[in-house]
Amino acid sequence: MLNSLDPTVLARIQFAFTVSFHILFPAFTIGLASWLVVVEWRWLKTGNRLYYEIYRMWVKIFAVAFGMGVVSGVVLSYQFGTNWSAFSDKVGNVLGPLLGFEVLTAFFLEASFLGIMLFGWNRVSPKMHFASTVIVATGTLISAFWILSANSWMHTPTGFRVGDEGLFYPTSWLEIIFNPSFPYRLAHMTIAAYLTTAFVVGGVGAYYLYHKRHQAHARIMLGMAMIMAVFVAPTQLIVGDLHGLNTLQHQPAKVAAMEGLWETRKGAPLVLFGWPDDDAEKTRFAVEIPKLSSLILTHELDGEVKGLKEWPKEDRPPVGIVFWSFRVMVGIGVLMILTGLAAVYLFFKKQLFTTRWFQLWCMALTPSGFVAVLAGWIVTEVGRQPFIVYNAMYTADAISPVAGVQVGLSLLAFVLVYFAVFGAGAYYIGRLILKGPDESDRDGEDNKAYGSHGVSAPPLVSDLVSETGDEHV
Amino acid sequence: MFDLSQYIDVALVWYVLIATAVFLYVLLDGFDLGVGILFPFAPSDKCRDRMMSSIAPFWDGNETWLILGGGGLFAAFPMAYAILMPAFYVPIIVMLLGLILRGVSFEFRFKARERSRKIWDYAFHFGSIIATFSQGMVLGAFVQGVQVSGRSYGGGMFDWLSGFSLMTGLALVFGYALLGATWLIMKTEDITQDWARRCAGYLFAYVAFFMGMVSLVSPIMNDHIRELWFSRPNIFLLQPLPMLSVLFFFLLWRDIRHKNDNRPFFLSQGIFLTNYIGLGISTWPWLVPFEITFRRAAAAPESQSLMLAGTVFLLPIVLAYTGYCYYVFRGKSSHDSTY
Repeated sequence: MLNSLDPTVLARIQFAFTVSFHILFPAFTIGLASWLVVVEWRWLKTGNRLYYEIYRMWVKIFAVAFGMGVVSGVVLSYQFGTNWSAFSDKVGNVLGPLLGFEVLTAFFLEASFLGIMLFGWNRVSPKMHFASTVIVATGTLISAFWILSANSWMHTPTGFRVGDEGLFYPTSWLEIIFNPSFPYRLAHMTIAAYLTTAFVVGGVGAYYLYHKRHQAHARIMLGMAMIMAVFVAPTQLIVGDLHGLNTLQHQPAKVAAMEGLWETRKGAPLVLFGWPDDDAEKTRFAVEIPKLSSLILTHELDGEVKGLKEWPKEDRPPVGIVFWSFRVMVGIGVLMILTGLAAVYLFFKKQLFTTRWFQLWCMALTPSGFVAVLAGWIVTEVGRQPFIVYNAMYTADAISPVAGVQVGLSLLAFVLVYFAVFGAGAYYIGRLILKGPDESDRDGEDNKAYGSHGVSAPPLVSDLVSETGDEHV
Repeated sequence: MFDLSQYIDVALVWYVLIATAVFLYVLLDGFDLGVGILFPFAPSDKCRDRMMSSIAPFWDGNETWLILGGGGLFAAFPMAYAILMPAFYVPIIVMLLGLILRGVSFEFRFKARERSRKIWDYAFHFGSIIATFSQGMVLGAFVQGVQVSGRSYGGGMFDWLSGFSLMTGLALVFGYALLGATWLIMKTEDITQDWARRCAGYLFAYVAFFMGMVSLVSPIMNDHIRELWFSRPNIFLLQPLPMLSVLFFFLLWRDIRHKNDNRPFFLSQGIFLTNYIGLGISTWPWLVPFEITFRRAAAAPESQSLMLAGTVFLLPIVLAYTGYCYYVFRGKSSHDSTY
């Protein structure tokens, strides 16, 4: 029964499950932290209370998402050892320092200053509070830097040699950290995180506008989100294209799977849709645009594009899931760009905040970033199979000497706990969104009534000059 | 390549650094896990709010030391990491699940309505107990030794389970609860503090009992440990350590009775420190007792050197701003310093 299950398959399912859940939170909090920096800065700069109320609303959501990101992240740092100990043993020399630096340069920074960001309103000066927000946001980006460097190395390993007992040894740290796919992946993922957040914030703003609640706040939310959609979504198209070209250079089999191309040929067509069939080695029901694939990938109409048949069957990734996930990601990217174009059009018609269909459209796109991020990661991670370190170590050789039953039962436990706990988290975030920004203490002098937890109000910027005593240090 | 191993004993430095990180984790997350263990026994909901807000700004940073312990072990001693994690597979997964439950309770509890708040109160409590008990079991299983074949774990699924590891699991629950109670004596007032003082009184007795038991059983059970502590001249040289532990116990007992606010917390930490050093002596120089030494498990010198150069620079900064955060939230915690 469970004992007959293959631990490698189970361990892969388990890692896919825990890492997919985890990535949802950083994808959201990386962008949210940076956006909160902008919002708090606008508040300190203008003294406009709207910004302050928006900050206080979203920082609660940030806290919930960040907390879930932390606990689901701790799991990953131990899973490398519990399920993938052969991998840990072999590549520890190379990847260990990268992960170690992530903890030392990012995790402590985020975790420590998050306390001040959440609870420090009346214990530190507004400037120090703002600094804490900036530090937390910086921490999330530093964390992305290290983890994406480590991940990219597994895709495009450089700067190492293989020594006795199959152990990997570093030969150049610069080549390891700044491996060929790293700059592209870092840019692509950071922008993806920003867009994910933008569409969540924009969707919430649109929801308030649609229901005619918190309209002043909602305009700021939707407006800022649309600035991102207008400028950043097209940037992502360019960065994604560059990332794809980089993949073509280093992992051509993955690109062939993304494109659903089996035969190596000049003037390869772009397969819009179809049904890749691993056994028959062809893409059924393909809808193609002639020569476009060659044009995109080689920038020549008759450029040669390698097909999957270049590689032995056992060294090819599963094609269908890569092919389809890629189309989901690109499709959402296109929808985001269209949203930006529509926003520009409505802005010049002075109807950005009043058009009903556009509000519904933005509400529908609220979760789009998460879907695109997951789809993108599926493309890149499944696309490098059957390797865990590309062309250097097979996934099947990475597994711990553990029984299938252990991995199977722990997978079951993770599934149950994650759905219960993170389901509850999503529910609480939903409730915070439904509640919206707190406008109750606009002009009241009674600090005790501030917020829902009886926290005294932070000083307004106009009062700052006189209040520099012990209270704020 | 950059390599410090010709100037200093990098592997030894890393052994000490990882041991320190794990110890800081035990001290820091120990008290907030301890608060979780005591949580449902507090006299009122208001007390619970106060207990929660005394640790809410810190728990996340405290737990980061656990990631540093795991991540640091992976970085500096990948072979030991690769053997110990599969060896302690079940308790580690259970610990992680416990940590998830309690970690999210901090946020959820503040957001929940009256009825569902109770759920998160208990999630916080049981999550804390489960995580602590698992850590204690891992500790016991570690001291008992781990089977190795080649470069990987060679034992079975339940090797970690024994009467001894169950006892160390229980011992750690009481130990963390003592840290939690003395933390509350320091950070709260009025009825919460009075209650924490009473708890510390009972817990003190349990901790003394369990530490006596562990000190008694380990040498009986394990030849290596008996040799180490009871052969001459070690028996004289190592004597100050248990003496110091007894002294801390005595001072703590006096302070709990004589109404000192701050000292009990640091004295309980002292008790943990002496025991931890004792543990280090018992298992020296094994990183996978009693099979693989820390030298054998060490990562390549160039990897350890790079990490060390970074750590020498980064760790003091981390400690400085961690200290700053404790300073910002100094003093007694109130019911309502939520956000």
